[in-house]
Amino acid sequence: MRRFLLSRLLQSLVVLVIMSFVIYALIGLMPGDPIDLMISANPNMTAADAAALRAIYGLDLPIYERYWNWLTAALQGDLGYSRLFGQPVLDVLLPALGNTVILMGTAFTLAVMVAIPIGTLAASKPRSAVDYGINLFAFAGISIPSFWLALMLIIIFSVSLGWLPAGGIASANAGFVEYISYMVLPVLTIATLSIGSYTRYTRSSMLETLRHDYIRTARAKGASRRRVVWKHALRNALIPVVTILALDFGFLFSGALVTETIFSWPGMGKLIFDAVMGNDFNLALVALLFATALVLTANLLADLCYAWLDPRIVIGGGKV
Amino acid sequence: MTSNSPLSLAARRFRRHKLAIFSAGLLLLMIVLVMAAPLFEALLGVGANDVNLMSRLLPPSLAHPLGTDELGRDVFLRLLYGGRISLFTGLTAAVFAASIGTVVGLFAGFLGGRVDAALMRLTDSVIALPLLPLLIVLVAIDLNKLGLPQSIVESEDVSFYRIVFIVAITGWTTVARLVRGATLSLKEQEFVMAARGVGAGNMRIMFRHILPNLLSVIIVAVTLSIGTVILLESVLSFLGLGIQPPMASWGNMLTNAQQLIWEAPMLAVYPGLLIFVTVISFNFLGDGLQDALDPKAEY
Repeated sequence: MRRFLLSRLLQSLVVLVIMSFVIYALIGLMPGDPIDLMISANPNMTAADAAALRAIYGLDLPIYERYWNWLTAALQGDLGYSRLFGQPVLDVLLPALGNTVILMGTAFTLAVMVAIPIGTLAASKPRSAVDYGINLFAFAGISIPSFWLALMLIIIFSVSLGWLPAGGIASANAGFVEYISYMVLPVLTIATLSIGSYTRYTRSSMLETLRHDYIRTARAKGASRRRVVWKHALRNALIPVVTILALDFGFLFSGALVTETIFSWPGMGKLIFDAVMGNDFNLALVALLFATALVLTANLLADLCYAWLDPRIVIGGGKV
Repeated sequence: MTSNSPLSLAARRFRRHKLAIFSAGLLLLMIVLVMAAPLFEALLGVGANDVNLMSRLLPPSLAHPLGTDELGRDVFLRLLYGGRISLFTGLTAAVFAASIGTVVGLFAGFLGGRVDAALMRLTDSVIALPLLPLLIVLVAIDLNKLGLPQSIVESEDVSFYRIVFIVAITGWTTVARLVRGATLSLKEQEFVMAARGVGAGNMRIMFRHILPNLLSVIIVAVTLSIGTVILLESVLSFLGLGIQPPMASWGNMLTNAQQLIWEAPMLAVYPGLLIFVTVISFNFLGDGLQDALDPKAEY
């Protein structure tokens, strides 16, 4: 177990380091550089001044040397300043990270709590009207554009009915109910996107599981159909579902980016978007890395879950 | 008399999928409509990009079947032209993505061993990454810094090429996994051994003998990925990073609609509804094809 954990941890770290270089290189290809931004603020600077500044900041070095300098500084805790916010990058990032985890966590929990029961229900009555209806709903979920769903929810619940705020986050001294009222629409948006695919995975995995011999044995011994589905089959059917849920965290985060941007929810997704659009190189770089690390961590947790659900998996020995 | 060739069996299974048939019809209708966009332009006597500030945000009428937007442009015509872009982008990018995925899956499945391990690790990593944030950076890249010729950087279609490229290099993973799976079982079959027996090399076996057998897998994968690709294009265009105005796409029509959501909510309804209907149709179609082309299916 420990060996497995260590090797997965190491793997995630390698991916993270590779991604840090890729992202660093990509951000270097964005229009302009920090010196261009300084020049645009100060008309008295000459080309020679700019070149001198580039040399001072090491911007004339080859990419790998610049990356190395950034990495060593970052590992010592110096992540730089955000240009847009005028604060150290970390001070901007940590609150946003918290907001995103709250939003994504709630949406994910909601999606799983809806999708697993209805997916199981559909599989327990294949080709029935219920199955058909659930399938249609699931297809709608995977086909709806996230931003359009968000806009429609705003039109219905904010513009027409006026029940819920159209965006933003409750002020710090607001009560619990008010805080929740700002969360409802974004959470619904993110959850709907995932419910569709989770339902389909659960349904097909459940159908597969119900074909096993031990299911027939349980039925033959007199267990009711309902008991067999929900007690015997479900736990086994969930094993492959967990793997797919884990791979889905990246998608979940993409959905969160769109949703946060539309609802002005001050999370990581909106921060990344604003940072890239506003040429805030330091912030964009670190925020993207945080997002990648967040997704990789979620993957790691899902692997642990996987092992816990399926005791047959001998972790550490042989192929995993 | 009914024939029992694999193709007619597949056709029979497909016809049982009422939703897939209906979707195919709907998509065909949509394609005909967007192709006929210039015809409707002539019929209504206005261009899709004609700005008329005297007739902003008009309600639907004979002259403007779905009303006008905030610049007085005809919404119906813009939807048609937007549909051209969205469908064409979706189709092109899905084909490119599927080609990359097919090659990766074919090599991984056929060669096995280290190649397989490396390619699949790469695929898993790409799947697990938060793609949209990374795509936003990719879109923001300054093409001049890549040293591309000015003629490309300044061309009007650059936002189209860019989006096709970006979607293709990230959207190949599903196809790769499906193709790999199918290749793994195909390569154990006798015809592969026979081909090897008469002296065919790896490349020849992969591309002449295995690839044609993968056709049904690839068709299904492409159909299913068109939906994903259209969603991705629309989201990037919505964020202002994809197809650039004044060229209309369903995604970028929603960008302005968001600002006007209190004044003219209907502007936000139409383009999204079309994206939704198109994507769900491609998904139903793909699902129907999957069942029809599955060799293990019952008759």
